[in-house]
Amino acid sequence: MNTSTLTPRTAAADDKSPPKGSVTKPGWFLVSPSVLLLLVWMIVPLGMTIYFSLIRYNLLNPGENEFVGLENFEFFVTDAGFLPGAMNTLLLVGSVLAISVILGVLISALLEASEFFGRGIVRVLLISPFFIMPTVSALIWKNLIFHPVSGILAWVWKLFGAQPVDWLANYPLLSIIIIVSWQWLPFAILILMTAMQSLDQEQKEAARLDGAGPIAIFWHLTLPHLARPIAVVVMIETIFLLSVFAEIFTTTNGGPGFASTNLAYLIYNQALLQFDVGMASAGGLIAVVIANIAAIILVRMIGKNLTDKS
Amino acid sequence: MMTLKQSRRLQSALLGTLSWLIAALIFFPIFWMVLTSFKTEIDAFATPPQFFFTPTLENYLHIQERSDYFHFAWNSILISFSATILCLLIAVPAAYSMAFFETKRTKGTLLWMLSTKMLPPVGVLMPIYLLAKTFGLLDSRIALIVIYTLINLPIVVWMIYTYFKDIPGEILEASRLDGATTRQEIFRVLIPICKGGLASTALLSLILCWNEAFWSLNLTSSNAAPLTALIASYSSPEGLFWAKLSAVSTLACAPILIFGWISQKQLVRGLSFGAVK
Repeated sequence: MNTSTLTPRTAAADDKSPPKGSVTKPGWFLVSPSVLLLLVWMIVPLGMTIYFSLIRYNLLNPGENEFVGLENFEFFVTDAGFLPGAMNTLLLVGSVLAISVILGVLISALLEASEFFGRGIVRVLLISPFFIMPTVSALIWKNLIFHPVSGILAWVWKLFGAQPVDWLANYPLLSIIIIVSWQWLPFAILILMTAMQSLDQEQKEAARLDGAGPIAIFWHLTLPHLARPIAVVVMIETIFLLSVFAEIFTTTNGGPGFASTNLAYLIYNQALLQFDVGMASAGGLIAVVIANIAAIILVRMIGKNLTDKS
Repeated sequence: MMTLKQSRRLQSALLGTLSWLIAALIFFPIFWMVLTSFKTEIDAFATPPQFFFTPTLENYLHIQERSDYFHFAWNSILISFSATILCLLIAVPAAYSMAFFETKRTKGTLLWMLSTKMLPPVGVLMPIYLLAKTFGLLDSRIALIVIYTLINLPIVVWMIYTYFKDIPGEILEASRLDGATTRQEIFRVLIPICKGGLASTALLSLILCWNEAFWSLNLTSSNAAPLTALIASYSSPEGLFWAKLSAVSTLACAPILIFGWISQKQLVRGLSFGAVK
């Protein structure tokens, strides 16, 4: 905070009433608690992670924690779980993003397309899953929907004369994608629906009078208007989707094999189940690097957008 | 003319029906959870699924003795509210000075705060776990309160910042001319004006704390475990327990769901960092 430059507004106020010890630049002093806390929150654990990642450190065999260089990274990257874990992370983030953005745009466009009975209720129903805690949604889907004997889907499959599917055993990653999408599609709908309501109705009317069909209006008017909200949805969902954990923890435990293990779960597995602090830390750093690559791209793309208007 | 109107009406009815169908589909798991919570365990497991049955309150009545529900609910309440209050106390001054005393570095600081959210929790799981262990804070509410405060701080600062930005500077100028101190300015002028905004910020923070399930699962076991951990403990036992699971889940989610419904419009703004209003 450059405290010596007051905004013209405050400077003017200063001229009229001599400072009473209050008008003087509270800036730096008031921001610092937040900045300091976040700085400590980032640097201390991150520094420790870096340190742990370079030593041999297993809680099960305490001994001298010798320096091993990049050995932990080597072990983590060559671990049987790493490639599937990285792939699953990308697949999970990518598919949930695609599903929630595409369906989100379509569903909110549908809702905005016409007045109909009970639109408010429909809106509330559509966004509800977003407020359900992750452990609840995972267990509800696992036991009440996906269950191969008494789940709803098993019943629907039987109605059509098909053999019920054991979703979590046979399609573990797909099942997790469905559960996570179910939680995050409502978020996209919530944001995009609100954004659409701020679309200039007169512009739309003018386009209609000029003979533009609903599809042309959607493509040339609505979609460009949604660029910014879609960017926001992508950014926020990416943050949360990169570290999906509870949904895997409560349903498949990453299995069978590594079929539904993502990086977050893999690291948890190394850390709190195998107590290999060194390797878990190396994995954690790799996850941080991946997240930061995504973050740099996203903040570049969206950051300007975000601060410009406000 | 008549036919055009009619076709419009027909179109509207079709689109409306489609919307209702999609909404019903998406809401179904929640509906089914609530319905199951009123079944006996036998009905809950029955095939084909029972849509009509004799409802029972048994699952709710025995919830406390089976899982000590109130202990976990109390933890959730205590942790969420403490973290939210703490977070607001730290964030309001920061947002105030960034909104009204903007410098060259304000935007950078805001974006940097946002970028701390990009640090995936697994990246710091080990150190936090070991630190908590060293200080005897494993399975303690304090650890979760501190962590939740920190992980929500960027969002809360951003959200309050956008609300403060909407206040015309003249109002503050006027109070300053009257000789208000910074503290008076914040407490007597800003906070009363922004009551609504601050309330929805608090609500968003509460929702995020209540539903957080990475740190609560990894750092607590029983003493400080909130509802997310209680529900997760239902993932292992075998046998007929779905009606009970549904009842506990319904109770755990109901308050947040209602909060969410009430404040959806304001939440959009917070969740989109002020980009969508």
